[in-house]
Amino acid sequence: MRKNWIRALSLFLALSLCMALFSGCHGSRGLPNFVVPEALDESRTFELTFWAKNDTNKTQTEIYQKAIEDFEALYPNIHVTIRLYTDYGRIYNDVITNIATNTTPNICITYPDHIATYMTGANVVAPLDELMADAAYGLGGSALRYDGPTESEIIPQFLGEGRIGGVQYAMPFMRSTEACYINKTYVEALGYEVPDVLTWDFIWEVSEAATEKNADGTFRINGQNVMLPFIYKSTDNMMIQYLRQADAGYSTPEGEVLLMNEVTEDFLREIAAHAETEAFSTFKISSYPANFLNAGQCIFAIDSTAGATWMGTHAPLSDISEENLVDFETAVRMIPQVDPADPQMISQGPSVCVFNKEDPQEVLASWLFVQYLLTNDVQIAYSSTEGYVPVTAKAQESEVYQDYLSREGEDNDYYYDVKLKAAKLLLAHTEDTFTTPVYNGSASLRDAAGQLIENVTKSTRRGETVDDAYFEKLYENVTALYRLDQQQGMGQGKAEFGALPGTAVTLLAALGAAWLGIGAYLVADTIKRQKKTR
Amino acid sequence: MKKIFALLLAVMMVFTLAACATPAADDEADVKSEGVMTYEEYAAAAMDTEVVVETYVQATQSWWDDSITVYSQDHDGAYFLYNMACSEEDAAKLTAGTKIRVTGYKGEWAGEVEIMDATFEFVDDGKTYIADAADATEWLGTDDLIAHQNEFVSFKGLTVEASTDASGNEAAFLYGWDGSGAEGTDSDLYFNASVNGQTYTFVIEYYLCGADTEAYQAVQGLQIGDTIDLEGFLYWYEGAQPHITSVIVK
Repeated sequence: MRKNWIRALSLFLALSLCMALFSGCHGSRGLPNFVVPEALDESRTFELTFWAKNDTNKTQTEIYQKAIEDFEALYPNIHVTIRLYTDYGRIYNDVITNIATNTTPNICITYPDHIATYMTGANVVAPLDELMADAAYGLGGSALRYDGPTESEIIPQFLGEGRIGGVQYAMPFMRSTEACYINKTYVEALGYEVPDVLTWDFIWEVSEAATEKNADGTFRINGQNVMLPFIYKSTDNMMIQYLRQADAGYSTPEGEVLLMNEVTEDFLREIAAHAETEAFSTFKISSYPANFLNAGQCIFAIDSTAGATWMGTHAPLSDISEENLVDFETAVRMIPQVDPADPQMISQGPSVCVFNKEDPQEVLASWLFVQYLLTNDVQIAYSSTEGYVPVTAKAQESEVYQDYLSREGEDNDYYYDVKLKAAKLLLAHTEDTFTTPVYNGSASLRDAAGQLIENVTKSTRRGETVDDAYFEKLYENVTALYRLDQQQGMGQGKAEFGALPGTAVTLLAALGAAWLGIGAYLVADTIKRQKKTR
Repeated sequence: MKKIFALLLAVMMVFTLAACATPAADDEADVKSEGVMTYEEYAAAAMDTEVVVETYVQATQSWWDDSITVYSQDHDGAYFLYNMACSEEDAAKLTAGTKIRVTGYKGEWAGEVEIMDATFEFVDDGKTYIADAADATEWLGTDDLIAHQNEFVSFKGLTVEASTDASGNEAAFLYGWDGSGAEGTDSDLYFNASVNGQTYTFVIEYYLCGADTEAYQAVQGLQIGDTIDLEGFLYWYEGAQPHITSVIVK
């Protein structure tokens, strides 16, 4: 009797273990491959979560809300709940945290660099190629309840930016580039004319001229105690674009880091020289370029075209008080170039990805919402909040958008001239934009590129010597900080999912205890039998 | 025997009281270690120079990405420690009153004087200090205010004024500076309050006082016209923009 009971217990434990192991295998493999359903199940209700980023701009949040309401009116069985962020980094961090627990949102505004990291988990991000091509629910599909773009109506360059490892993982939502916002009044007061295409040499020369002081210590150009002639918002872009323009290395598509090269060092030495005279500073060191520009304390402010509504005396958005505003004429130009005949600038802006789920119907519902974000109503409304441009030719060529562009400067709000000039700059130079290779680790390399400039600028301001030994140490530190020597490239990385959830730990502990129990019983039983034999 | 026991207890009580009054006294003036700046020396230091200070943690923002932002103060003045390098384990030990030695660089960001690129170590000399809130109500709108930048201060008898979001809607507070945030997100709360005929903007910084704190919830419950007392740190962004930690509706 006792023997039977023990056998039954052993069998139960063995079965439990097998079941646990099988279910564990399922978890470790991640979600199943996504297969496009034949049709959306209209009998079911879908609750989708959408993590979105806005530029701390109330109008943008209202456009998101309206898009959701309009979409839900078309698809009453699909409900979208938005979670707003003002920082891409926070979205990235939260997604990474939620991958481990299979609680990612359904839809997320993001950068391709970030998606490459999400993809190190198995089947975390839904591939979009089959969805895009689906006759019923794909781009321009027959079953759509709205007038979305066809694939050919999406600007090919922008669409291509969402292809990672040959697969479409992201749809472009908005596109911007960087622009140089210039206090033209001060440039002319210094004896220069603003050229159509800025060069780096021009900017450095004028910036140095602007550091001249009066006998009382104030700056000659503005009569104030503060003047930082050239401020760059995103120093990662500054480095990336300069290297591209100079035809120097940054990284290979496979993830080989080429950042630390001779051109980089020459550029950093140039930056150091202008940081020493305080002709140059950065957002991280001083504050928003727009605040200095509008206070007459900066001449060249480089920031995203999506920051255009903050730039200029009459900017609709401002963080500085009225009495600190200085009246000047604002010119908008491309970022400075190495070769004015071959301008090159970054393409940036939010993309959208869909996260894979156990239920393919949920993924299909998410895809329908993503496509809705590409309709003319959403594209034109959102792009008009800043110096963004719509990502579809369908929206760009529409009568409504063309009318908007034609009314530059009619007011200092919706038709604010600086904003429209910024948007037109990108529309005119879409062919001159580029993106950097995307792979697991490319986000870190981008950070490292900016860190080199930040460190050199800070060090110079702090009186450190920037020489060969300095660069050797700098490269060593930045390489270690961003783990550039551990980059794995596309498809070779392992996901860092952090600590196991408590339930998993409990299960594993129980399994371990069961095995120990079985082992202990067998040992005890064997000893007992041996004793009996003796 | 009883007398001896009573005498023993009395002696023990005297020693206990004496112990209470000794080294950890909050009001004792700071004696700085060698190589450490006084607040006066720190205030006089030029921007971009290396500074070393001993200070007491008053509050922290949430730890993130191996760094933490700390509101700190000694008996003479306050130091804002921006994104100080810190492990998650050490962050948990940075409780109010904790003494730390900080090495970093003095910098100014949008008018906020701070210590950046800082590292720190705990000073285990048994001393703690939590600053009382200095009444800054009368300093509002005067040049005296900036002399107290980053200090823990109070504002009394203010009246909540309407805030207007980017769409022109009026409210007692906004999620985000222009109302672009939302409940349930990591939005800071902005609200206006007046005293002596002037209106000022105050902020509940989410990473200092999150949605589960009394201060955050008190602001969510504000009505235009409420009379309030506030406490917080005198943070600066293109002008005074106190980070509020306590809101009492009168």
